[in-house]
Amino acid sequence: MSEASNQTQPGAAGSDIILSARGLTKRFAGFVAVNGVDLDIRRGTIHALIGPNGAGKTTCFNLLTKFLQPSAGTITLNGQDITRQSAADISRLGLVRSFQISAVFPQLTVLENVRIALQRRRGDSFDFWRPQKVLSAFDDEAAARVNEVGLSRHLHEPAGELSYGRKRALEIATTLALEPEMLLLDEPMAGMAQADVGLISALIRKISANRTILMVEHNLSVVADLSDHITVLARGQVLAEGTYAQVSKDERVVEAYIGAGHA
Amino acid sequence: MTTQSETGLVAAPAARPVGTPRHHVIIFFVLLALLLIAPFVLYPVFVMKVLCFALFASALNLLLGFGGLLSFGHAAFFGSASYVAAHAAKVWGLNPEIAILLGVGAAALLGLGIGALAIRRQGIYFAMVTLAFAQMVYFIAVQAPFTGGEDGIQAVPRGRLFGVIDLSSDFTLYFVVLTIVVAALLGIYRIIHSPFGQVLKAIRDNEPRSISLGYKVDRYKLAVFVMSASLAGLAGATKAIVFQLSSLTDVYWSMSGEVVLMTLLGGMGTVFGPLVGAAVIITMENYLAGFGAWVTVIQGVIFVASVMLFREGIIGVIAKWLKKPL
Ligand SMILES: Nc1ncnc2c1ncn2[C@@H]1O[C@H](COP(=O)(O)OP(=O)(O)O)[C@@H](O)[C@H]1O
Ligand SMILES: [Mg+2]
Repeated sequence: MSEASNQTQPGAAGSDIILSARGLTKRFAGFVAVNGVDLDIRRGTIHALIGPNGAGKTTCFNLLTKFLQPSAGTITLNGQDITRQSAADISRLGLVRSFQISAVFPQLTVLENVRIALQRRRGDSFDFWRPQKVLSAFDDEAAARVNEVGLSRHLHEPAGELSYGRKRALEIATTLALEPEMLLLDEPMAGMAQADVGLISALIRKISANRTILMVEHNLSVVADLSDHITVLARGQVLAEGTYAQVSKDERVVEAYIGAGHA
Repeated sequence: MTTQSETGLVAAPAARPVGTPRHHVIIFFVLLALLLIAPFVLYPVFVMKVLCFALFASALNLLLGFGGLLSFGHAAFFGSASYVAAHAAKVWGLNPEIAILLGVGAAALLGLGIGALAIRRQGIYFAMVTLAFAQMVYFIAVQAPFTGGEDGIQAVPRGRLFGVIDLSSDFTLYFVVLTIVVAALLGIYRIIHSPFGQVLKAIRDNEPRSISLGYKVDRYKLAVFVMSASLAGLAGATKAIVFQLSSLTDVYWSMSGEVVLMTLLGGMGTVFGPLVGAAVIITMENYLAGFGAWVTVIQGVIFVASVMLFREGIIGVIAKWLKKPL
């Protein structure tokens, strides 16, 4: 019951588990993309979800954030059953995702991109009669957040004109503006130049300080470097779990990667 | 003082734009001045037609250019409001402002119904759902007794504004219509530049991302759909009073197509584009009227040419040139 008893019994489901899934399943027209996945994400850790292409990682993300409705299974966030909540509600509960393809608002400026997230603090923005000047109350904080990811020089440029790496940095700044308790990052390094990989990697480490992160990543050196815990997915099922050292020794994991043409 | 703060701005890495851009204010007042002179130079009924369609196109642009939703059935709102206003003024003998308001109310209700069903679909399917419902409205207009079928509702009295101002003079009516349209356009400008408008642009740019930030996008989409339908209704109802006529043309699918054409030609997602698009198309129709059925062909050619030459529309291209939002 007390926190102390949870600490003495780390195996028991307690407050140290922020997000968990049981029997998570998604069928697409007869094809099972995610099949009975159990997941427990420990608070304050960086948890990596890896596996060959088509393993069902993105589908898992879509299920956990309710962008897709599971065919079966339950999802619990901070002890609350969220299986029937809407995607927008999940975000409001502090679980915010990024996308495999960079997700910025291309026609809005860099400042406006971050401000859209800050604007959430007003609750809903149905006030179509007010001038947008009322949003300038968020400008200073937005600019500060843009500065944190090193994009100050591009503050008033449309986000669509940024380079790919900068778009991803902006995306992280936008996500962080919501001050989420937990972040889901889908392939944050995908399609990125080596120099940018280091930058984003450092950024992820920095933001993980008081947060939980679940990320999908193909770059195994990044995974080895960043993650506390790894779940390996193959053909929609959990193949192995553990630390990088444990998982990388697992024969089935090696086989699954080689079988799918990965090094 | 002024020079000092200006040099300070130049030295800063990037200027921070606050409030209404000055060039928008200037363009607005130049346009307003031209429109105040217009009835003394041009045929007032013609300019009123341009004004009504400028409002109609701006209403569609609010949905398409800022909400990212292409409606191919906006004639349903334009036309039904036009019928309701005409009926209210002629059969019920109501004042023009009440007749117009009833027309707007009808369009808003219709927009709520059609919008609630259409926003569940994305992209081309959204356009198809709006088109399908508009065809149903057209069918009702053909069948229902109160619309007058092929004849429409003719000889609609313009009546007296607030029961006082006689609108039978084109000249008087012009300034009433100008007031209505300018007020509505300023309203649209405000919607676009409000906290609501900001969320709308975000949804247009990237809907899944907006959801992941916690926005319930369906509510915003429905809200802007109803606003757009109401404003299209205001245009249709006003037009019925101006021309003293409401007819099947107003609800026909080609009307939906024409307003999309105006918006694209002028520049969707711009403030002034739909006004220019409407003016160009209406002027063309007016001066090419002698060519009969060829007008449609000429319009088609112009549309194809404009899409190939300047994708962003007339004002969109100029804005890119000037590097300023227009
Ligand atoms: N909307 C969908 N409809 C049908 N099949 C899908 C859909 N989304 C994903 N899939 C299939 O599910 C499998 C898992 O996809 P995904 O989750 O994207 O894999 P990963 O992210 O691990 O590469 C793939 O075979 C993919 O083709
Ligand atoms: Mg994926």
